[in-house]
Parts: sequence; structure tokens; C-alpha cells
Amino acid sequence: MLHKRTITELRTGLQKGEFSAEELTLYYLERIEGNARELNAYITVTADIAMEQARRSDRDRGKGVAGPLSGIPIAYKDIFCTEGVRTSAGSLMLDKFIAPYSATVVEKLSGAGAVMLGKTNMDEFAMGSSNENSHYGHVLNPWDKERVPGGSSGGSAAAVAAGLCAAATGTDTGGSIRQPASFCGVTGIKPTYGRISRWGIIAYASSLDQAGPITRTAEDAALMLQVMAGHDAKDSTSIATEVPDYTRTLGDSIKGQRIGLCREYFEEGLDGATEKIIMEAVAVLESLGAIISEVTLPNTRHAIPAYYIIAPAECSANLSRYDGVRYGYRCENPTDLQDLYKRSRSEALGEEVKQRILVGTFVLSAGYYDAYYRKAQQVRRLIKNDFVEAFKEVDILLSPTAPAPAFRIGEKSGDQIAMYLQDIYTIASNLAGLPAISIPAGMNGQLPTGLQLIGNYLDEARLLNVAHQFQLQTNWHRLSPPEGGP
Amino acid sequence: MTSSPRQEAGWEVVIGLEIHVQLSTNTKIFSGASTKFGAPPNSQACAIDLGMPGVLPVVNEQVYPKAIAFGLAVGANIETCSVFDRKNYFYPDLPKGYQITQMNYPIVRGGQVDILLESGETKTICITRAHLEEDAGKSLHEDFPGMTAIDLNRAGTPLLEIVSEPDMNSAAEAVAYAKHIHQLVTYLDVSDGDMSQGSLRCDANVSIRRTGDSDLGTRTETKNVNSFRYLERAITYEIERQIAILEGGGRIIQETRLYDPVRDETRPMRSKETATDYRYFPEPDLLPVLIDQAYIQAVRESMPELPVAKRVRFEKEYDLSAADAIVLTSNVQLANYFERVAATGGDSRLAANWVRVELLGKLNREGMELDDAPVSAEQLGSIVTRIRDNTISGKIAKTVFDGLWSGQASSADDFIKSHGLEQVSGADELEPIVTAIIAANPSQAKQYRSGKTKLLGFFVGQVMKETQGKANPQQVNDLIKKLLDN
Amino acid sequence: MKVTKEVVERIAELAQLQIPNRELDAVMEKMGRILDLVEEMQSVQTTGVEPMANPLDATQTLRPDTITEKNQRRLYQEIAPDTRDGYYLVPRVIE
Repeated sequence: MLHKRTITELRTGLQKGEFSAEELTLYYLERIEGNARELNAYITVTADIAMEQARRSDRDRGKGVAGPLSGIPIAYKDIFCTEGVRTSAGSLMLDKFIAPYSATVVEKLSGAGAVMLGKTNMDEFAMGSSNENSHYGHVLNPWDKERVPGGSSGGSAAAVAAGLCAAATGTDTGGSIRQPASFCGVTGIKPTYGRISRWGIIAYASSLDQAGPITRTAEDAALMLQVMAGHDAKDSTSIATEVPDYTRTLGDSIKGQRIGLCREYFEEGLDGATEKIIMEAVAVLESLGAIISEVTLPNTRHAIPAYYIIAPAECSANLSRYDGVRYGYRCENPTDLQDLYKRSRSEALGEEVKQRILVGTFVLSAGYYDAYYRKAQQVRRLIKNDFVEAFKEVDILLSPTAPAPAFRIGEKSGDQIAMYLQDIYTIASNLAGLPAISIPAGMNGQLPTGLQLIGNYLDEARLLNVAHQFQLQTNWHRLSPPEGGP
Repeated sequence: MTSSPRQEAGWEVVIGLEIHVQLSTNTKIFSGASTKFGAPPNSQACAIDLGMPGVLPVVNEQVYPKAIAFGLAVGANIETCSVFDRKNYFYPDLPKGYQITQMNYPIVRGGQVDILLESGETKTICITRAHLEEDAGKSLHEDFPGMTAIDLNRAGTPLLEIVSEPDMNSAAEAVAYAKHIHQLVTYLDVSDGDMSQGSLRCDANVSIRRTGDSDLGTRTETKNVNSFRYLERAITYEIERQIAILEGGGRIIQETRLYDPVRDETRPMRSKETATDYRYFPEPDLLPVLIDQAYIQAVRESMPELPVAKRVRFEKEYDLSAADAIVLTSNVQLANYFERVAATGGDSRLAANWVRVELLGKLNREGMELDDAPVSAEQLGSIVTRIRDNTISGKIAKTVFDGLWSGQASSADDFIKSHGLEQVSGADELEPIVTAIIAANPSQAKQYRSGKTKLLGFFVGQVMKETQGKANPQQVNDLIKKLLDN
Repeated sequence: MKVTKEVVERIAELAQLQIPNRELDAVMEKMGRILDLVEEMQSVQTTGVEPMANPLDATQTLRPDTITEKNQRRLYQEIAPDTRDGYYLVPRVIE
């Protein structure tokens, strides 16, 4: 049952010679092969690269120069550029795009010895909360194959949950790591904006996008984040502050940690069973010595409106480069330049993406900029200010990750607004740029439910510490979805 | 500059210029690709310049001192919080579908320059703003049938766009202003100013109105004029075209036009006439750059002497005429060259004359630039030295100059020596020659003595002929007079 | 907010997207609903609030002016739809 092991456990196995990186990689590749069509978690499986990297890892270990993640089989969301490998962002537009370079995150993880199993499925250009917007088809939730895995990093979350990789990378613009982590019963952290380099990550909304790991445990998240984080001269918005040792503080007691429950997140719209699960988790934290109080974030209810102006505005510009000129999809026999642009873009971009481009173009257009875009940027500051105030009173904020567990495939696809409300608890931390983690906190029937912890700027270590201490007391992160068939 | 435009009575011309100056940096404004001119197509377009998915801009630190130096030179305010914006439009030479520019916070605001008119008067032209931005690539429409070819080597080259107030009232004034800016940016090493390579390009906004009207007429914008001569002709054409339309009872259409030097006319540009709404918004991939007073002061202290100050100093320090000083300070290379000639040669007026008349004359005839001159300032200085100390005459000096120009010797002294060109001077050498000449021409000597003193020239000519021009003319004069008057 | 056909067409033109006539109504309706969703925000008092473009109150680091990129045209043009003699080609643009 290697696929149920955490990174820490796999590292021990590799160190003790219980199995080689090559054997481990082969084991995962066989699992993917067996599961690939079923869950549709991967867009591309890179078996050859994986085997080569695994063998190199074994050689390195023999020479005593193995990196911190040497031999650990991981997957990348297909939004991280991987040199020589298709990087599609879930879009027909980039179906034939072989990335000519690698993202900094990919370079760092490879440098630490991680083995790339492949590229995971996702909502097209990271726009979506259910993974129903992929050119490569739906991803199924391993806990209930009639349900969505969440999105946009749905393939990564499903792959980790189903044991199709030891860990995966994701990106989170409005909840795209945390919500699928919650739906799939795994751990996912979105660090402080700027903590991880965005170089080589295909942009959706530049001022909100942030990468992070999706793992089985908080401890694994610490190991991954340790490698992924850090300043990058290639990303002007990356933070220069030194990266602390996240694993060093995992074992600290959380006695006296002040945890605030966001009042607004426990009001209308929250599923009753979910609320119960969250309150039981709060009790666990309280039993560990955390001091629980209630805080208010009065402007947070404007987070969704602000987000659905800012993100589409930035996306409308970020996606202009997909014009069929230098790479990517080009329509057949364009009659003139306008035809080339319009047909290439219209044929190769999905409905949700086009919708957001239109909205973003509208809110930036002459006569509407002040009422929409500028207003949203002002509201964004008010939302941030609420957090700044709250963090004067508490060390960590706590909420559900999503208002309800995973929904059925197709259930919300006709109702965009209902879909957008999926991100009601996660979006505000993107707008403010704060770190937040989702960890499994209980089961709602057969469906996992996640708990979200939001930290102050660059306070990832505290989030991981509290999450780890919670996981030492609970078993939710140890549950695995039922394996179907032979 | 030839003539001012034919101006119909009763019309007033109003011109404003936008001058795009390519900054003289090694690399692009947002990438580490070379800006060198003339490379094979797309060989200097890196992933960032191509707008590849996932790439991010990082600002070149050299663009700030250059832009600030220009701002200080024109007495402008320097923006202390420099922010970039995205300007959105589709065009094949604009890879990202947006240009990174500065809309709301131009680095330079205000300022003015005093231009010298042909009448000798000065006129103040106000500068509205100057902002940093990236250049676009180049489109070639003629090389491939039915296709436009795109070369993105120029994409991302740093530009300073200098926008004037509509303060000019004739083509001549516009050209004088453009030349002034050109001189300034080359002095400051803000740009190499090479217009044949597109380092300085002008957009001319031209409108006309009835003399006495307070409202401006409808303007047209003639884009991308890359020589002073074309600028004058484009504006002249545009003025006449507009006057003809208005006098014919028509209306001016506000539009973008291109100047065609072959047909010597401006024509409307068709390609960019689709809906324009640039949807500017702050570039989320770049953070504000804070420019403090200490930084500005450091730029100020490192600024070279500016043209006006240099002109005044030349008049005073080198005792030059205003006309000489204007020519010799017209560009900084020439001014430096002159100063080295004067320092080596020891006679500044003589040096000025030689640089202005001989050197510039020769360069002009040969169609060469100062940089290519085969005679160095030190070599020319040594010629001046030998004129000054009477080793050679001015006439012989021209032979020496030509000899050095054609590479026959490495210094004036070598050439003089190897060609035996030292002046024959001193009574010991000259007296026997003069005596012999007088003896050989008894009738002319008789006429001279009887009062026909004009014949002095005849004797001088004979002596010079005998000495192959090497005799010191003054001494010959004196000697002939002395011997004939006896 | 009611989004008119003219607005959608203008926006689509700016975004270089083609919306078939049969889809126009649906797009108008969807856009209208999204704009209704964000309309709620208009009630927020924001007088004097500085717009926030970036979550970090940080400033930019700059890059030294040294050449770090080499010619990789062949690699980049391998994934291009149409190139010739090192150029990217598009249908003829008339200026």
C-alpha cells in the first residue's frame, strides 16, 4: 500500500532501502495506468521522464547526494510549464504547446529530486470550481465518481486522494487549491501571495494567482512548500524574505494560539452538516489549548463581487497573447488577420473562459472602469483592512473551506452564480494575499469536508503547525477513498 | 530645413509632437535579451519578448537613471512612485496583446525646452510628460506574397515617449524642437539617437484653425516619422492638405496617418482603425518602484554638461564665436573631439577652425560620421601644434591632414618629416634663395624698385615655388622687401 | 444590469472573440447576471479609499542591464503555426 504513504514515510522507505525510487515510480505509473481513464486526473503521463528521474534519484542516493524530495513521485497541475512536455492549461488553445522552458517551481522540485509522473487535469486556464471546464474532460471525485473533485486544481487533488501520486502542485486564484483539497479529503495550502515564484505558471489573474502543494498531510505540505517557496529574480512580485524551516515548528504546542472564527462565514448559505464538522474540529483545537474567539470581517461579503471583477479584468489581458500567431491553436485558412484572431480564439477557448474575458473586457472599458474595476480595487483594500484588524486580535482565522461537500457533476454547470459562490470562503484571502490551508476535518456521509485556516502574511509556519497538531489528534487525513474494481 | 510651409493667410498651425526615444541599454526593458540593432529576425526575441505562456517581466534598472536624467534636463518633476500599466490592443507585432507603459504615473511630468529658431530668437516648448514603455516588433508587408512577416527583435526595447504641448506653429519649429530633443538625449546618453535605426521616431499631431480662433481644430496624427527631413515634409503636406479641405468646405477627420516618403504624402492608416479602447489598468506583474530624492540627486550629479551650458562655456573658455560654439556643441561627440584637438594643439581658435572647416567639410564630402573619421583628435591637434609653432604653413597643413586621413602616417610629425615638409625659415636658409631669385629676374626687380610694389607677390610666388611651399610666407615677405629695398 | 446587444458586440470586438448570433442572447443574459452579482458592491462606501492593485505593499526589485538570453529561435519556432526565414507569418496586414 505504498500509495497510502506520506512523503515522510516514503522518504524513510527510500532511505532504508525498502524500495528504490525506480520501483516506487513504476508502482505509481502502474496505478495511474489502471486508474487513468477512470478518474481522468492526468492530462499527460510522463512515464519516460519519470523513470529517468527515478534512476537518477537512485544514483544520487547511492552517492549520498539525494535531495530532500529525492525519488518522491509527484504530479504537476498542467498549468506549470515543463520543458519539452505539453503544457495545456486544460485548453485546446495549448493542446500542442510544448513548453520551451520550465517553471521555477518545476526546476526547484526537480532539483530537490522529485520525480515527475505527469501533468494533472484542471479547469481551462484555472477558471472553474468543478473541473468541468477542461478541454480534456471532467475529473471524477475518487470518493464518489458521480461528483466533481472541485477546481480548478481538481486533477491534482483527485490524484493525491486516489494515490496516483505522493503529492501534486496546484494553483489557487480564488480557492483552486483549497476547495478541491476539501472535496477530495487532502491537504492543500495556498501560501502568501509572492511566497512562491509565478515564473512559468500560466497566468489567470496575476495579482491573485499563487501556487502551492496538495498533499496527504500538513507535514508533507511543509516538505513541499520548503522546496517550492523562495524569492525568484524572474518574478518581480516574489517576496525576498528568507524561507523559514517549516518542519522545525510542526511539533510545537499550539497552546495559547488565538484562533478566530469568522462570524460572516458561519451565517447563511452554510450546509448544516458542514458546520457541525467544523465546530467539532474547533473543539479539537480548543482541547489542544487554542483560544477560540469570534471575529468579524464586515467587508468580506463583497469578496465575490470584487473577485469577479478583478480576476476577469486581469484574465482578459493575460489571455490576449493567445492569438494564433506565435504558438498555440490557429484556425484553418484564415482569410485575414481579424479572421485569424477571432476564429483562433473563439474555436480554441472554452465557454467559461470566453465569458470571463468578455466580463473583464467590459469592466475595463471606457465609461465602466471607475464603477467596476476601480471600485473593486477599493473594496479589495477594505477587505484586506478587515484582515489586518482581525490579526490584531487573533493569530489564525478559521472557517469552512467550502459551503458544502462535493456536488454532483452537472449539478451547477447551468448556474454560473451558484458555481461562483463555491469560493465564498476562500476568495477573500486571495484578494488580501494571505496564506490559507485546507485540511480534512470530517466526513459528511461519504464525502470529505475541509477546514480552512487563514494566517497572517508569511505566517505559513503557524498554519502548518496548527494543521499538523490537528492531524496528530485526528484521522481524517488518513482515510482513503474506496478503490473501485480490480 | 529649407522653408517654412506655404501658409495661407488667415490660418494658424498647431503642432504637438510625441517623440519615441529608444534608450541606449544593453538589454530590453523587461527581459535580458539584447537590443542590438540588425540581428537576424527573431534571434533576439526571448520567451518574455514573445509573450510565451507563464513568463513575467522584470524591469531593467538602467531605464530609470536615463529617464530621470532627461526629466532633470528639461526641469520636469520626477514621479517618485513609478507604476506601469497595461495598454490593451491586438496587433501581430505586439506579442502579449498589451503594451506595458505608464498611463497614470509617467516618470517625467512637465518641463520645457528653449528651441533656437532660424531667426535667432528662442521659443519655449512645454513638455507634457515623458513615460517609459516597451517598443513593439516590426511588421514587414512586402517580403512574402499575401503575408505579413513579424520580427520581434525590437519588441521590448525600452522607450521613453516624450509628449510635448501643442506649442509649435510651423514645420520648422517642430523640426527645431525634435532636433533639440535629439541633441539632449544623445548628450545625456539616454539614447544613441541613430534615426536610421529607428532610435528616435516622431508622431506629429497637426491641426489648423482660423487665426484668432481659441478652439483647436480637429487634429490628425502622423505616426512613426524617422527623419527630420521627413518630419518637415510630412507636416508641410498635412498642413496644406488640411487647409485645402477646410477651404473647400470639407471637414478634417481625426485619424492616424502614415507618411510615405516616396510619394511625399501622408495617407490614412487602415489597420488600426478598428474600435480603440485601450482599457488601461495597473500592470499586476510589476510592483511600484519608489524613487527617492537621494536617487534623483545621484542621477543629477552624474549628468554630463548640457548643450546650452557647453555652448556658453566654449564661447568663454575657448574664445569662440557664437557660430563656432553652436556648431561645435551640436553633438557631444563633436564637442569632445574639439576639446581634445584644442588641448593637444594649444590654440583653441585655430582648433575650432580646423574642426569646423577641414574635418567637418571632409566628413561631409565623404558622407562619413565623426565616429568613422580616420584622423583622431590627437592627430588633428598635432597638426594645429605644428601650424602654431610655424613648422608648417596652413597650406602644407592641409597636405598633412590628407596624408593622415589616408593613413600614410600615424602622426603629423612623422608625415612632415617623411615628406620633408618642415617650413624653410631663418635667414640663413632663405636669404641665398631670395638673392638668387632677385638676380634671376632683373627687370621685375627694377620695376619694383621704381614703385611697382605689387610685384612683391611675384617674388614671393617664385620663392614658394623654389621651396615647394615650405618657406615661411611671412619671413619670405620680410626678406624680399629687405633685399629689394636695399 | 441589462447588457445590450451593442455592448456585447463592442466588447467582443475589443476581445477579438466571435459570438455567433444564436449565442448572443445567452451571452447577454449571462453577462447581465454576473454584473448583477457584482452590482451589490456599488453600495460600499469607498470615498478616499486608495485602490489596491496588488496584495503586497511591496516595491519592485530591478534587474541589472546584462544580457542573459541567447538565440533560441529554433526552439521557439518549432511550436509556431507558421514561420518562414525566421519570421512569424500572418495574413497580410494593410497599413
